[in-house]
Amino acid sequence: MSDMTENTALTRRRFLAGSAAGALIIGFNLPAPGRFGAALAAGGGDTPLVNGWLIIAPDNSITVRVASSEMGQGVYTSMPMLIAEELEVGMDQIAAEMSPVGPQFTNLAFNMQATGGSTSIRWSFEPLRRVGAQAREVLRAAAARTWNVPLAQTRAERGQIHHTGSGRIATYGELAPLAATLTPPAEVSLKPRSEWKLLGTPAKRLDSAMKATGTAGFGIDVQLDGMLVATVAACPTFGGKLKSVDEGPAMAVKGVRKVLRLPDAVVVVADGYWPARKGLAALQPQWEPGDNASNSTARISERLQAGLNGGDGARAMAKGDAAALAGAAKTVSATYEAPLLAHATMEPMNATAHVRSDGVDVWLPTQSPGLIPGIVAKLTGVAPEQVTVHTTFLGGGFGRRFEMDFMIQAVLASQAAGAPVKLIWSREEDTRHDFYRPPSAARLEGGVDGAGKPLALKARICCPSIFERVFPQFINNGVDSTAVEGIADTAYDFDNLHVDYVMQDVGVPVGFWRAVGNSQNAFFMDGFVDELAHAAGRDPMDFRRDLFTGDRRNAALLEKLARESGWGKAPAGRAQGVSIHHSFGSLVGQVMEISLQGDAVTVHKVTCVVDCGTFINPDTIRAQVESSIVYGLTAAWFGEIEIEGGAARQGNYDTYRMLRLAQMPAVDTHIMVNDEAPGGMGEPALPPAAPALANAIFAASGKRYRSLPLSRHGLRPA
Amino acid sequence: MQYTLKLNDRQHTVDVDPDTPLLWVIRDNLGLTGTKFGCGIAQCGACTVHVGGQPVRSCSYPVSAVGTQSVRTIENLQDHPVQQAWIEQDVPQCGYCQSGMIMAAVALLEANPNPAPDDIDRQISNICRCGTYNRVRSAILAAARRA
Ligand code: FES
Ligand code: FES
Repeated sequence: MSDMTENTALTRRRFLAGSAAGALIIGFNLPAPGRFGAALAAGGGDTPLVNGWLIIAPDNSITVRVASSEMGQGVYTSMPMLIAEELEVGMDQIAAEMSPVGPQFTNLAFNMQATGGSTSIRWSFEPLRRVGAQAREVLRAAAARTWNVPLAQTRAERGQIHHTGSGRIATYGELAPLAATLTPPAEVSLKPRSEWKLLGTPAKRLDSAMKATGTAGFGIDVQLDGMLVATVAACPTFGGKLKSVDEGPAMAVKGVRKVLRLPDAVVVVADGYWPARKGLAALQPQWEPGDNASNSTARISERLQAGLNGGDGARAMAKGDAAALAGAAKTVSATYEAPLLAHATMEPMNATAHVRSDGVDVWLPTQSPGLIPGIVAKLTGVAPEQVTVHTTFLGGGFGRRFEMDFMIQAVLASQAAGAPVKLIWSREEDTRHDFYRPPSAARLEGGVDGAGKPLALKARICCPSIFERVFPQFINNGVDSTAVEGIADTAYDFDNLHVDYVMQDVGVPVGFWRAVGNSQNAFFMDGFVDELAHAAGRDPMDFRRDLFTGDRRNAALLEKLARESGWGKAPAGRAQGVSIHHSFGSLVGQVMEISLQGDAVTVHKVTCVVDCGTFINPDTIRAQVESSIVYGLTAAWFGEIEIEGGAARQGNYDTYRMLRLAQMPAVDTHIMVNDEAPGGMGEPALPPAAPALANAIFAASGKRYRSLPLSRHGLRPA
Repeated sequence: MQYTLKLNDRQHTVDVDPDTPLLWVIRDNLGLTGTKFGCGIAQCGACTVHVGGQPVRSCSYPVSAVGTQSVRTIENLQDHPVQQAWIEQDVPQCGYCQSGMIMAAVALLEANPNPAPDDIDRQISNICRCGTYNRVRSAILAAARRA
């Protein structure tokens, strides 16, 4: 065990050194158990096993490293479950901690240490079980060696190795030091599903107690000796620059230490957040607004429509014959549009940095710890190995915390201040300087045959590209897959499917928003499929049956959804809408049952059926379904960032509204049981929410809404 | 200005401007980080604490208005029935709104030990971006049964 172990040990030593340089004080728990921290502080005796994936202390406490960032989706529990299953320990015997940056913690779906795309379980399902099995095997081997008995006579159970002949027992804690010197077998056999004790059964979250007592450490909670607090205002206009600022008024505020000019922003560093914010409010920065100064929501919409109406599109999908439409008994054509959306994570963007000549420590809620050392090294001139990343809990991520902007600001502020600096954005800054869900427009044309069966679908989609900024290498023949996902790769089985993409810059930065392109494309697709069903004079659920004839799993999910939702049997005065959407490896169907009272809509219940293949923690799946439905419904009802004078209009929750508890519908979740490969669950239940709602509103009122949010059409949640 | 606050049964003296929100006194001056900043305009409730036994949004409550009233933060709850119900039902997701939710729930139950679901709908207006609402509702009802 090799270089990687040494790296890990090094990282941990440096964590301690970093802590000594700026000791963590009062009330802050990094996402790590107290006892592990205490063991480290006491000088340890704890032993890392299998490339530092787990650490076993002499008292037999077992800490499992979590490579994915915990942002609510439950990886802090589900990833340790994978290791625990093969390690033969109960969930009551382990604690979790966020992993440091290291090659062994790379997300194999992205080939970098990052969390997103609902990939965590998908990439780690086999590797983490192998980690658990390898650890178990070296512990068994250590016992066999200690007792001088054949390996075959040893057995692992609940944190102990038993000798079957003599009944002797040793704890993992006792065996770990010897086990660490042994090479884990390259080949391990994993338990068959029938022998799983943990996987697939509900497990308690390992972070609930911390989060119910206020002791879970989020980025915003970091406190270091000598730490200053900063806040920032970037040029309101996207792409604009800071021309000048007179720092005098801020420096006159008690507690303000420094005003820092960045190319596109001004930062005020102070003794605390409030003086920093007062200092910032006192400033009158002069901005150079740049090329986007006259940009507006209307202009963006015009650009998208222009893209639909003219110019070359890139072919994203060509299946069958688009000309089949000509032979359709009935055709439908419609244009859909979706607005810019901000992420609005509950914890505003923040990061803490301590830049020193001998290295840099950063503490932050991030989805991409693996990107940070290289970026910080370039900014500060230290080597990447001298950069230590401490990933805290994330107060929401949703794709926003993939970005590096706030981290860079904190590093620059610490460098300028010559002290550790925690930089916190205001809510307004967070809303106005997001990387937004791209606004998108789509023209769909489709037809049904004489029997009312779906025949062909053509889609032309126009929106800005996310990949153009972040991963241009992923753009394939002019197609950004995130712009067309959910339509070009729809689970609906159209024999003839043609999809074109028109890339259109809109003068606003765009990024990954929960469920990415699926978030708007499901609204387009499933609204339009409903329109086709209506044109064919058919029941929307029954019409979709004909689009699932080729896939047994899809068909089974639809039948389950029809049954569990009581499709077609809604009580008088209520209407139902359906949407079924495949994304991130999982298929999710939802039926919303609603009633209308004038312009107020009551969602009485949401029936949700999920096929995510093999699942780890069903309780997390239920939580993620509810979470995704709220996120999707919030956008459907209220979500819109408007652009005026090149800047975002909405700033805080009074104008960028969120669904609240009183508007939360009952959710009835059903999970399909099968042994297919695991699918993602952090996002796939989001896309169906908006179309299921809009389709239900159509069923109730005969009104088809083809753009969001619904509040723009005068509707509101009751 | 010097202010002496009675917070979590202890006296603390801080020297801050009168307009400093109680939230930032709690977080930055007293170092208690369980109480969160979400919006700063009394919209989200992440900063909910009790002042004189009432739930307040501390981001919009100047320290100068506290006077002699006692302040209570999440750090003062000891294995409270609401926290027990929260842990039992695994309410938290990202967890960021949860201190405020719990402080709002505790205040609700102190005023109304047997709330109907409608009471909860009316009185818990905190935002949870992760959408833990249904579990929040059911954990409050469970805590009411437990207390
Ligand atoms: S931070 Fe106080 S209500 Fe949002
Ligand atoms: S648990 Fe994340 S905001 Fe409520």
